[in-house]
Amino acid sequence: MSKVLLDIRNLKVSFFTPAGEVKAVNDVSFSINEGDVLGIVGESGSGKSVTAYSIMGLIPFPGKIVGGTIDFNGHRINDMTEKELRSMRGNEVSIIFQDPMTSLNPVYTIGNQIKEVILLHTNLNRKQANERAIELLKLVGINEPEKRMKQYPHELSGGMRQRVMIAIALACEPKLLIADEPTTALDVTIQAQIMELMTELKNKINMAIILITHDLGIVSRMCEKIIVMYGGKIMEQGTIDDIFYNPKHEYTKGLLRSIPKLTAKEHEKLIPIEGTPVDMLNPPAGCPFAPRCKKCMKICLKKMPEYTKISDTHYSACWLLQKEEYEKSTGVIKGE
Amino acid sequence: MGSYIIKRIAVGIVTIFLVATITFFLMYLVPGGPFLSEKSPSKQTIEALERKYGLDKPVYIQYLNYMKGLIKFDLGPSLKMRGREVVDIIKTRFPISAKLGGLAMLLAICIGIPMGIFSAINRGKWFDNIVMVICTFGIAVPGFVVATVLMYFFGVTLHILPTRGLDSPAHYILPVTALAFYPTAYISRLMRSSMLDVLGQDYMRTAKAKGLSQFKSLFKHALRNAVLPIITYLGPALAYILTGSLVVEKIFTIPGLGRQFVSSITDRDYPLIMGLTIFLAFLLITMNVIVDIVYKIIDPRIKLK
Repeated sequence: MSKVLLDIRNLKVSFFTPAGEVKAVNDVSFSINEGDVLGIVGESGSGKSVTAYSIMGLIPFPGKIVGGTIDFNGHRINDMTEKELRSMRGNEVSIIFQDPMTSLNPVYTIGNQIKEVILLHTNLNRKQANERAIELLKLVGINEPEKRMKQYPHELSGGMRQRVMIAIALACEPKLLIADEPTTALDVTIQAQIMELMTELKNKINMAIILITHDLGIVSRMCEKIIVMYGGKIMEQGTIDDIFYNPKHEYTKGLLRSIPKLTAKEHEKLIPIEGTPVDMLNPPAGCPFAPRCKKCMKICLKKMPEYTKISDTHYSACWLLQKEEYEKSTGVIKGE
Repeated sequence: MGSYIIKRIAVGIVTIFLVATITFFLMYLVPGGPFLSEKSPSKQTIEALERKYGLDKPVYIQYLNYMKGLIKFDLGPSLKMRGREVVDIIKTRFPISAKLGGLAMLLAICIGIPMGIFSAINRGKWFDNIVMVICTFGIAVPGFVVATVLMYFFGVTLHILPTRGLDSPAHYILPVTALAFYPTAYISRLMRSSMLDVLGQDYMRTAKAKGLSQFKSLFKHALRNAVLPIITYLGPALAYILTGSLVVEKIFTIPGLGRQFVSSITDRDYPLIMGLTIFLAFLLITMNVIVDIVYKIIDPRIKLK
């Protein structure tokens, strides 16, 4: 059994906007072991990125962690000073952002931006840092690395820039890499290359990855564990097999139904999840998905259900499961 | 780069030629003449003077004569300040105005840029609010009010600073402050908005995620991107401030170039009007070329063609 690297308990993150408090992450708990790949899926605004940013202390203003704990490698991130956080960022925990076109500073060379993080966190001198940067560029599959070092971001394609971002993230061999929709802004062939590269590098330096995405295809290829988020809460979590072959939550089922199938007949329509995402300023009292759920019951609108344990690895928060469980344990069928 | 500069110089020469031509003919459309004043000289005297300066010839001949001189950098004699060449007037007066203007701009940059940065990082807090009120004030209040108020307080009431001329370093304090007032306010505002824009960029988040301190990410990653609009503003602003301000020079009795702009027009001192206009055009064009080059150095995405 490998060691727990990151343990998040009852994390709550809120954004205090002029219009009111937005509970972007509401009571989220999960953990990740060393070397594991965890996928967080969910639609826009479900709180997946905010969860990831809170690990690095990168929540943008006016966001704040209002509750819960984050333990990374035995240290409590909540209690860290800004200086301790800084020495962790880019060193033990790294992040790759969604848009490589804007994530690099346009006025500095690629080399400068990679060397910056090496010089900051290691004791290498400039010359060694330079060599290390070239080595990293080779590692992420960039040709003519010596030449690229002197180039500016605008002289590189989107895929290349994302590779540079990965090189920056891996510079100090982090224990945890957070990939925040790393391929959303790239075209499909480049997507596949980047994902392959990440898997390969993960095996080389044995780091854990949190992969945030709304692309279930990518998740199925890379991850061992999946968290499905909606409205700032975890709806269901489990292994790949749990989620793909035995989904329990109505939202997860909806997500899986909405994937286009290769075997689909011509003119076969995609099945969307009806309705609009939850209004985070005025979230419903009960399950956030209830207003869009086809099997919504009265209680769903009033109260958030507890997690039902389906197996050691598989948990889901749904009243239907609670009902089933109750019926199983008592033999009484609760009718309408 | 080299070919770009050559191209810009060629375009600059054409521009100066056009400016000279337009100014020349506009000037002649304005009624009045250089030798008319309250005690008008006799008709004979005026005719003699006009003959002396070639003003009796048809306009196009005068124009051709002037252009011939311009090619040889001869801007002709002043009609009002007898015996002085326009080139000499610029040579003696420009350094005075340029020194004042240069100091004022330096002051404006040294105060405006840090003030803008601190406002941006403390957005919405009391420091930002105070700076913004001061800046709005600085932009709205005209120069002659600032100059007079400064003069009244520090010169007349407190007697700690001289108010006339430029005899000692202390003499520079009031006029430089008065001159710097507007650009300081303007640069602060510009810097603040540009900085706010840059702070919201993704690469600033990357810098933070790398573990850089706020100071380092601000000065390495933000400043270089945020300073571009300031450079754009500085080019033409420098050209104007270096050639002097009528108001400040008049109030502090400084023999600079700024006053000449206005007096040359009221005097109908044709060669001086021409000379000053061409000189300002030349400075503006030069400053713009410098701005373009500096831009290219700061932002590698800029291509000079």
